[in-house]
Amino acid sequence: MIKPDLRVNLCGIGLESPVLAASGPFGYGHEYLERVDCSALGAIVVKGISAQPWAGNPPPRLAETASGMLNSIGLQNPGLERFLAEDLPLLKGAAPRIIVNIVGCDIDEYADVAAGLDGAEGVDGLEINISCPNLKAGGVAFGTDPAVTYRVVSAVRRQTALPLLVKLSPNVTDIKVIARAAEEAGADGISLINTLSGMLIDTETGRPLLGNTFGGLSGPAVLPAALRMAWQAAEAVDIPLLAMGGITSAEDALQFIMAGARAVAVGTGLFYDPELPGKIVRGLAGYMEEHNINTLGQIEGIARRGGYANG
Amino acid sequence: MTYMPPEYGHLLPRPFSIFSADREKGEVSILFEVRGRGTALLAGMRQGAPVKLLGPLGAGFPALQPDSLLVAGGVGLAPLAFLAASTEQRRTLVYGARTAKQLVCSPAELGLPNLTVVEATEDGSRGKRGTVTDILPGLLPGSRALFACGPQRMLAAVKGQALQAGVPAWISLEERMACGIGACLGCAVQTSGGYRRICRDGPVFPAGEVLFND
Ligand SMILES: Cc1cc2nc3c(=O)[nH]c(=O)nc-3n(C[C@H](O)[C@H](O)[C@H](O)COP(=O)(O)OP(=O)(O)OC[C@H]3O[C@@H](n4cnc5c(N)ncnc54)[C@H](O)[C@@H]3O)c2cc1C
Ligand SMILES: Cc1cc2nc3c(=O)[nH]c(=O)nc-3n(C[C@H](O)[C@H](O)[C@H](O)COP(=O)(O)O)c2cc1C
Ligand code: FES
Repeated sequence: MIKPDLRVNLCGIGLESPVLAASGPFGYGHEYLERVDCSALGAIVVKGISAQPWAGNPPPRLAETASGMLNSIGLQNPGLERFLAEDLPLLKGAAPRIIVNIVGCDIDEYADVAAGLDGAEGVDGLEINISCPNLKAGGVAFGTDPAVTYRVVSAVRRQTALPLLVKLSPNVTDIKVIARAAEEAGADGISLINTLSGMLIDTETGRPLLGNTFGGLSGPAVLPAALRMAWQAAEAVDIPLLAMGGITSAEDALQFIMAGARAVAVGTGLFYDPELPGKIVRGLAGYMEEHNINTLGQIEGIARRGGYANG
Repeated sequence: MTYMPPEYGHLLPRPFSIFSADREKGEVSILFEVRGRGTALLAGMRQGAPVKLLGPLGAGFPALQPDSLLVAGGVGLAPLAFLAASTEQRRTLVYGARTAKQLVCSPAELGLPNLTVVEATEDGSRGKRGTVTDILPGLLPGSRALFACGPQRMLAAVKGQALQAGVPAWISLEERMACGIGACLGCAVQTSGGYRRICRDGPVFPAGEVLFND
């Protein structure tokens, strides 16, 4: 009888479970930890932190779409200082592992946040969100240009010895060149995907529905696109992948693992069902028992290697 | 927050106010209006079907004081009926809607002692003809506090009237929600203290703090 081992090592971060909470939907964690059993999560990726507090976008910030949702929160966050003083202490001990997502409006801000988090007790790793608008380049996202990606990641790399994931934007022509730029700049892992840019119009008012006009699409609607990009990123780099985009079941998670992901994260799925991580973990264990699999490493990227030998 | 059964596909949970609660039986009821897909699905569920709820969430109205004025627009009646049921002190409920059909519940159905109900419809099909804001000027002078829930336009007008009359007021706001517990920052409202979360810091806010954009 197989005893499935769900532990994985994500670029030096030992995780008890391969299912993580994606940055954003889970906030700074304490709201969920207070109300929901979060023991199935391998780590919490907290919402993006900048050097100074960011106010966020005008409401409405959310809209439901076919099998998904749009959000335009605008990376509202309390800033590094308050995060360290108020949020991190509440998370420490309560959360399994903590990965801090960092944002900036210029390269210096990213570097400052990384420097401030390096050595902070309880922080197990960093995830750089390069989907933010680069204010010095007219608001084009950092992560749409491989050269800029390289510069942001190397600036952060110089400030920290923590495991460093780079979270890619899907709003690019070729995800492979961006993934490679991040790897060359010293990233230890790749996260993907962030939300796909989108919008809706309210036909009663004749105006865009979101206060910010554009928002990010997430949820089951994006899964096939996310899976394709995870597959391509796995082909482009040798560092591990944390994959996400529309995961709402163990079956979904398995597809990302088979495309080459070391671990997966759930965002929008938590809104539909806060108990989702536990369900995915139980589903994965059941699948592994059924298919005689001891560790997830056996099936990581298996779809890229021609699948099961006897399948 | 009300979770939609998974067989309906992936839908975000919908927020509702508590209409009534029976602590002994461990029961709560909600009063809702069909607005779109989610409420249509809820309305179409067979009797006895289980519905998963997360709650109670957020900060509700403060405790009622004698001579409070309760103002409800349409289905905004739900949290005010719950508030009205929390005491037997003298209090007045002003209840308005466009037409009689949208006055979803008759005052007699509430069956609450010492509650005076004043109804208003814009077309005059029940109660006084006009909006709640036509009625408030006559009632505000004798009131010690005001509590309101309803469409944003109504709340903005009620806020102005209460502030002008010097009556402390609390209003319950609505916004689209995803998590319902304060994590995602999706349900922000602009206040004098910056953006606040309707699901956790509210839905009830002191009227003077809320900045309406229209
Ligand atoms: C704190 C709070 C308490 C509420 N209490 C009640 C209640 O007691 N009874 C009741 O009937 N309704 C209540 N609502 C409103 C209710 O949540 C919405 O009517 C419901 O979510 C609409 O879902 P739907 O799928 O039917 O509509 P959708 O198809 O999602 O949308 C239909 C229309 O409703 C609007 N809408 C959608 N969600 C919301 C929302 N959360 N707030 C305001 N407008 C929205 C949309 O802009 C759209 O125009 C409350 C909302 C909040 C935030
Ligand atoms: C409400 C909301 C807020 C988000 N905030 C962030 C954020 O602050 N930083 C970030 O890197 N990604 C953010 N994301 C993107 C998610 O982490 C995730 O990459 C994306 O939603 C796809 O996964 P999903 O379909 O499981 O939600 C956010 C997503 C949502 C829905
Ligand atoms: S709905 Fe997520 S913070 Fe209010």
